[in-house]
Amino acid sequence: MPKLKVDGIEVEVPPGSTVLQACEAAGKEIPRFCYHQRLSIAGNCRMCLVEVKPGPPKPQASCALPAADNQEVFTDSPMTVKARKGVMEMLLINHPLDCPICDQGGECDLQDQALHYGADTSRYAENKRAVKDKNMGPLIKTIMTRCIHCTRCVRFVDEVAGVPTIGALGRSGDMEITTLEQAVASELSGNVVDLCPVGALTSKPYAFNARPWELTKTESIDVMDALGSNIRIDTRSGEVLRVLPRLNEDVNEEWLGDKSRYACDGLKRQRLDRPYVRRDGKLRPASWPEALQTVASKLKATAPEKIGAIVGDLVDCESVFALKQLLDGLKVASMDCRQDGAAIDPACRAGYILNAGLAGVEEADALLLIGTNPRVEAPVWNARIRKAWLENGLKVGVIGENADLTYRYSYLGAGAQSLQAVANGSDDFAKVLENAERPMVVIGQGALARADGAAVLAAARAIADKYAGGAAGFGMLHTAAGRVGALDLGFVPGEGGLNTAGIVDGAASGEVEVVFLLGADEIAPSKLQNAFVVYQGHHGDHGAHAADVILPGAAYTEKDATYVNTEGRPQHAYRAVFAPGEAREDWAILRALSGALGAPLPYDTLAGLRAAMCEAHPHLGATDALSEAEWGEFGAVGEMAETPFASPVRNYYHTNAIARASETMARCIEELLPAATKATGTNG
Amino acid sequence: MSHFRIADDAHQPKTFAFTPEFQEKANKEIAKYPAGRQQSAVMALLDLAQRQHGWVTRAAVAHIADLLGMAEIRVWEVVSFYTMYRTTPGGRINVHVCTTTPCWLRGSDAVTAACKSKLGIGFGEATEDGQFALHEVECLGACVNAPILQIDDDYYEDVDGPKTEAILDAFMRGETPTPGPQVDRQTSAPVGGATTLHSVGGDD
Repeated sequence: MPKLKVDGIEVEVPPGSTVLQACEAAGKEIPRFCYHQRLSIAGNCRMCLVEVKPGPPKPQASCALPAADNQEVFTDSPMTVKARKGVMEMLLINHPLDCPICDQGGECDLQDQALHYGADTSRYAENKRAVKDKNMGPLIKTIMTRCIHCTRCVRFVDEVAGVPTIGALGRSGDMEITTLEQAVASELSGNVVDLCPVGALTSKPYAFNARPWELTKTESIDVMDALGSNIRIDTRSGEVLRVLPRLNEDVNEEWLGDKSRYACDGLKRQRLDRPYVRRDGKLRPASWPEALQTVASKLKATAPEKIGAIVGDLVDCESVFALKQLLDGLKVASMDCRQDGAAIDPACRAGYILNAGLAGVEEADALLLIGTNPRVEAPVWNARIRKAWLENGLKVGVIGENADLTYRYSYLGAGAQSLQAVANGSDDFAKVLENAERPMVVIGQGALARADGAAVLAAARAIADKYAGGAAGFGMLHTAAGRVGALDLGFVPGEGGLNTAGIVDGAASGEVEVVFLLGADEIAPSKLQNAFVVYQGHHGDHGAHAADVILPGAAYTEKDATYVNTEGRPQHAYRAVFAPGEAREDWAILRALSGALGAPLPYDTLAGLRAAMCEAHPHLGATDALSEAEWGEFGAVGEMAETPFASPVRNYYHTNAIARASETMARCIEELLPAATKATGTNG
Repeated sequence: MSHFRIADDAHQPKTFAFTPEFQEKANKEIAKYPAGRQQSAVMALLDLAQRQHGWVTRAAVAHIADLLGMAEIRVWEVVSFYTMYRTTPGGRINVHVCTTTPCWLRGSDAVTAACKSKLGIGFGEATEDGQFALHEVECLGACVNAPILQIDDDYYEDVDGPKTEAILDAFMRGETPTPGPQVDRQTSAPVGGATTLHSVGGDD
């Protein structure tokens, strides 16, 4: 533990720390451009120069200098101040003074640091250099003249994203950051916009939209995948303009997937902003009382066993809880939250969450991925697996798709046969799991959403039991943000109730007469033609096409809600804007519907609903915390088919109704995906 | 110094592969480094590709990246860093004139003028028949024999205007003049023989 003095303050830092980290520990701010705590150290911007004794009689780059015993660091001595001023002047020589037309203005590191550490005037009268702008794809806008060559973007795509496509070409004054005109083919590419300390890389869809000081910032939770990434929603006059990641070491560190970041323009298109009722075969605008009355009378007139309800992927816990209570009141048992038909066993919580936690993979030394492609299902977590692979030598085995995951792995096979080989120890990877101290077995929806899903789940459970110490090493990676919450709330078939497939088949055969879809958009409308369909949700997507009554709800940016992520962590999302038009928050719609049914739910406020929900399910009240789940029996041992496991995410940019409405996502598909995967159909 | 530039697609051959002879050399270079460190051979392989094809093509970069298991952009970073890699089609014979201070003081202007008038081209250009290309280069590290004219791999040292013309004439006739000092001296020893230690070593 080196002990050193920073401006006379004594600090002790962990071995291996740099002088810059020691200065931070002492509460001293060190300006920097190239240094980033999650990237390798480059030491090329020179902004972090400080005076260090003992040492050569010149300032030293603190980001690359190891902290040592008895060092004395001066962060505001004349030498340091002069050095910073000089570096800043050097950086500004070739940086254009176009702040008034630069999108980074107001949140620019260079701007801020020039103010604090730079000189007040420029002595430079010569011509500045100009650099041609580069094409980096549909998400990243480039103005390369502004680049100060910190190489953060180069290091990010190389180290974190694992898609080395950005490079620094040329040398000295001719150096240019480029991708050689290719789009950055990573699901995490948007993060380079955050990393860029100047306005060289900015967000293309957000270009010239707003200044940071005009924005209202709401801290919330993302629903584009099941990670529950922490986000900040930036809005202005009731419009979501952009989504940025928020730091949460346990969930998303400080990264965010491109879909989570850029699909927000889908919130403005294809919205359901008023209730509709189908009359004479056509959906016609209706008033709220009319729509609710239509639904209520239909529900009352139908026998409970002829009613089914399906909850979609983006639905929050409060709405699910309210809907479940409403259905329970009606004695309806046919309900399901697994609209893809995944054979998840709701009885054992440890069987459907990622027990070790998302961060747990960094402590693991072996990881078996079954039927999942985390790169498209949860890109931010995939970056974490890559980090563990790079730093801790994590050994990864994959059963399923042989896709490029950005790290090397042992490919064990495509399906059940390989699973059995691991289970009975005949596969080499079984030995890796056996010798590992903290192995992890993660099963994805690709292995579950099939006829033999329960048998596959049981086989995965057996592997976890045999090698990974049961719950501690077992995990499920979900693709739907609302899935774990809905499972926690027990939104699954009750006694004698039908599951998703049963409801859909029943709707076709006439056994199910009323289907209530709460944000369920992954079921082909044609299959529900014969039933009376109520769709409650926010987008005019598949669900609304099938509907006879549409109850317009709120999207994730428009309601206070609880989401439980794939590791079982309940998190609160907050309302950033109001739902458009006559759309209302989903729990309120259900409460109103219960009133129309003549059996009002026992709460009038969201707080009342939450209290009731947390009383019934105490762990949902423990926001942001992981609660341990007990290991038990789940799955059903049985025959497994030889069909290969395939990830449910065929097209990363189009996995839900919001993303499907987004123009930016459509552009991404056009420019980034190979032709073969461009088909946008998500079902049948 | 010329700005880094990649030739247009129209000039880029579609494919690249080492000939068996060059492949053997490439294998030798790769074998110099321990397993997992083959990327260290990138510079040597780029040089081989340039020798085989005359310049480094996109296809060659892709091929080398593939061969060494590295990202293409990493290979381009290397190519673009060194001026000795040529990324546009030039001449079969590459003439380099050093114009850095020592050579310039010793008369590189005359060498440059001789090259330009003899070949009829300027720096960074190639003759119409594609026989010669002329390059301006920074210090070649042989200042003691300034000015230097580098033709392909060979240094022609202590040149001046007329000598440059004579050398280029010889190349045009298809001959290869003897490289090294073009005046009466042995390598970088004093002009006209030893100036000290006459009595030692039976100097006569």
